[in-house]
Amino acid sequence: MERTLIGLSRMTRSQKVVLNTRRTLIYIILTILALLCLFPVFEVITNMTRSTGAIATSIGFWFGDKLVENWTGTFARTSFRMDKAIMNSLIVAFASATLSTYFSALTAYGLQVYNFKGSRAIFTFILVIMMIPTQVSAVGFVDMMTKMGAKNTLWPLFIPSICSPVVFFYMKQYMESVLPMEMIEAARVDGASEIRIFHQMILPIIVPAIAVQFIFAFVGSWNNLLVPSLLLDGGPNFQTIPIVVAAFNDRSNPQTFDLGQVYVVIFLAIIPLLVIYLFCSRFIIKGMTEGSVKG
Amino acid sequence: MDTVARTPKRRKRMPLNMWGWIFIIPFFIAFLWFQAVPLGETFYFSFFKYMKVTSATKGTFWIQKFIGWDNFYSADPNVSSLFGPGGYQDIGYQNMYIFGVSVGKLYAPNIIYYLINTMLIWIMGFIPQIIVSLALAIWFTDARLKLKATGFWKTVMYMPNLIMAAAFGLLFNLMFSSSGPVVQILNSMGILSGEFSFMSNEFWCHFVIALINFLMWFGNTTLLLMSGIMGIDQSIFESAAVDGSGAQRTFWQITLPLLKPIFLYVVITSLIGGVQLYDVSYIFTQGGGGMNQSSYTIMNYLADLIQHNNYGLSSALSVFMFIITAILSLSLYFVNNRNRSADKDVASSRRKRFREYGEFPGTAKDIATFKAMKQGMEGGK
Repeated sequence: MERTLIGLSRMTRSQKVVLNTRRTLIYIILTILALLCLFPVFEVITNMTRSTGAIATSIGFWFGDKLVENWTGTFARTSFRMDKAIMNSLIVAFASATLSTYFSALTAYGLQVYNFKGSRAIFTFILVIMMIPTQVSAVGFVDMMTKMGAKNTLWPLFIPSICSPVVFFYMKQYMESVLPMEMIEAARVDGASEIRIFHQMILPIIVPAIAVQFIFAFVGSWNNLLVPSLLLDGGPNFQTIPIVVAAFNDRSNPQTFDLGQVYVVIFLAIIPLLVIYLFCSRFIIKGMTEGSVKG
Repeated sequence: MDTVARTPKRRKRMPLNMWGWIFIIPFFIAFLWFQAVPLGETFYFSFFKYMKVTSATKGTFWIQKFIGWDNFYSADPNVSSLFGPGGYQDIGYQNMYIFGVSVGKLYAPNIIYYLINTMLIWIMGFIPQIIVSLALAIWFTDARLKLKATGFWKTVMYMPNLIMAAAFGLLFNLMFSSSGPVVQILNSMGILSGEFSFMSNEFWCHFVIALINFLMWFGNTTLLLMSGIMGIDQSIFESAAVDGSGAQRTFWQITLPLLKPIFLYVVITSLIGGVQLYDVSYIFTQGGGGMNQSSYTIMNYLADLIQHNNYGLSSALSVFMFIITAILSLSLYFVNNRNRSADKDVASSRRKRFREYGEFPGTAKDIATFKAMKQGMEGGK
């Protein structure tokens, strides 16, 4: 971004005026886009505190006084258990983020450090399977899990993340640039086992990559609707947050369809992630574009 | 065998390369178990009538019977198949609408109708997305503009990408409800009067879903294009500025041509994501696909078939999806290849690098883009 500003000093007054007008216009456009992004979130927070009647008749420009009622109402519902859903979602997202980052790092390390026969072919193979979307094997997966009696259990939602080609690819790229081969050699000479080298030496080094991928994997799992909705159909104890969001959308019974509660559910679904994002957005955005700047 | 005298050290340690295999084994077990085998099963099931049936005499039971290609095409209108006349029975020969214009009784299987509508939604979201993202990427990287607080803008604009698509769909469903906030705003501005149902109009239904897609992805695309622009050799911009090239001319004659590879990446990966659109349309239209199923996507159809325990037909649909995705991925590969072979020296040096170090045969920029985009896709869908 820091560029030498050749040509700037030669600008005439009229050119400067043109530039300033452009700049102002751009700021206006940026503000509109930012408002578009922020307004829905603001709306969730204000409407969460308002009564159904108020939400239905006016825009949530400011807060109401129904926060406590809406929250207790949401958690008192029996057709969906919000507390269970939060627990389930947390378990699945944590487990799947941990498994995908750990095993991807392990696999990337295995291919990066040990140059065994066929390791290059395996790397190319992983690049190919990266392109296969998980949805196309969903039928076989659901069928298999049903036959194994794994419907309405949580493990089919996170164990498959052991194989995460995208995370693997990131780890591999990262290791190519940071892995200290001399240190690994030295540790071997000192008698450290390969497993110990990986866990005590390599993992601490690649913590930045793990952190970025952990966040992305967590978000992906937390937001996933399709696979859980195919596997979890056993009632309120077996739901994740996206399923509750979908279930809350049922308008068939207007008596129980409470707008305030719907906004509490949306709040619980999106705000925890957004708070984490605000704290490490720099980090995440850097992770998004990292590598390209280096190249 | 016993002629080889083993030193104690050798006996204690496995050959180093064995560790490589051990480290990658869990990954491949998971791959075989949860991806390869289910994928193979899906292909296998696509040749079977495999579904749960409820009959008055025998109760509920599963049937699994080999039927060849009947899941894909069957001339018999009593057999539901993807492309046969039986395929469009479930929406009862209704008139079909594209953007509110009746295309008559579409004598095509409804899967084609779903595909057309899925693509329309994608295009409606993607065109504004690519234009806005390109403009933002150029502005953020423009040295002459020197915009303030780019970090803030980027943070805010990337944020919707993290919002749960299902929650986004529900939120917009409420905001665009017939007397919801948006209608009220439009009322107060005098554009509308009274209630207006976005959901019961094909065009507006597409529009709102496309708007959600736009909001979710334009920040992501901006970041990708920015990394593409920053990957361009800065001296080119500097010499252009010295030669008196204005912003417009620099954009059309330098930035855009050099950005072409990453641009095509964005288009094709977004298209792959677009074909898989599910959460937003499912929640926004409450599962029904809106007016005349106009916002019912291919993935909605697939999920419905699975949930109704019709594994045979859903497998056939999965195979169809697999082929579409494979074509798109291959075109991505070839487009990238063609761009690369433009510069033969560079290409051969990269091939050499690939042979020698097993590196992905692309520039560091390609790899980063690919990685980031793939990541974005996985994150949202």
